[in-house]
Amino acid sequence: MDVTAYVVLSGILFTIGCVGVLIRRNAIVVFMCVELMLNASNLALVAFARQHGNLDGQIAAFFVMVVAAAEVVVGLAIIMTIFRTRRSASVDDASLLKY
Amino acid sequence: MIAFWILAPVMVIAALGLLFVRKAVHAALLLAVVMMSLAVLYAALEAPFLFAVQIIVYTGAILMLFLFVLMLVGVDASDSIVETIRGQRVLAAVFGLGLGLVMVLGLSQISLGTAVGLEDANAAGNIQALANILFSRYVFAFEVTSALLITAAVGAMVLAHRERLTPKPTQRSLAAQRMKDYAELGTHPGPLPPPGVYARHNAVDTPALLPDGTAAESSVSRVLAARGTVRSAPARAEDIHEIEGTLSGATHAGRDAVAPATTTEVTPATGEDSE
Repeated sequence: MDVTAYVVLSGILFTIGCVGVLIRRNAIVVFMCVELMLNASNLALVAFARQHGNLDGQIAAFFVMVVAAAEVVVGLAIIMTIFRTRRSASVDDASLLKY
Repeated sequence: MIAFWILAPVMVIAALGLLFVRKAVHAALLLAVVMMSLAVLYAALEAPFLFAVQIIVYTGAILMLFLFVLMLVGVDASDSIVETIRGQRVLAAVFGLGLGLVMVLGLSQISLGTAVGLEDANAAGNIQALANILFSRYVFAFEVTSALLITAAVGAMVLAHRERLTPKPTQRSLAAQRMKDYAELGTHPGPLPPPGVYARHNAVDTPALLPDGTAAESSVSRVLAARGTVRSAPARAEDIHEIEGTLSGATHAGRDAVAPATTTEVTPATGEDSE
């Protein structure tokens, strides 16, 4: 069984996540797209672990999941704080550094 | 490989939906589809431990966290279509197409050869083999992870914490406030009247009738009044007659024409009711 198809799928998902980060305005949806990119890279890691016959890729995917969990906790707390002060979850409204 | 060819289109469609749906809740649900499919693919790639972790951590914990925050922020916080940077969407689409083309073409041109497979590595069980590597070669990274997790937990607590600036109202002060409102503004100090309870129907959107036959507007929820879905008792009674008529034909013919036509239709009050 060839793992190329899995890697291609992972590339497609990563691209979609990337475009989502660029075009979505809602901070939470942008965050979801970041999660999609992390998941896509996980898929590639697991696929390559199978290709090479050792488990290092799965360990790496495991660490990515741990980091993603920590990142989501802090990121969503930041979004909550921004929402509390500006009453909006749009990435366009948090532009205080500009002025 | 069958699972892959079934799930891959589903995942791509769900991920594309993430780009186009307006509501954030729908995006979260589409992301759940992608993550569950990924878990199945992990199982197909001989990673049963990651299959379980994907479901527990991603769909169980992370997506629930997303949904909680969506509920706090407001479910109807949908995206604005206004472009702040002109041409950004088009440029992003062009960039995405380019990246996708490069990735798909590049990856499909290389040949990785036949996969070695994980039968040898998983011989003593996938979890045992992962633990062997995790607690020997990657033990330092594992320990650093604990520092990361505690930092994230403390950071989330600091960010979400809010000091109470005013003293918490006690039951005594609330009662005093209620009496003060009654004395100064004439606000009714007791609880609001319940919605209409009638012999043949009761519903939260039907107001109670006052002794003079008019509807008590404060007996239905303000939300229903603002939505304009408040019904009057006679209208409800007519509905019931209609349904009964269609259900049982002529058997209940004797019970017709009993609607107590005393009230008028309540106009939905859009403003603030007195509470």
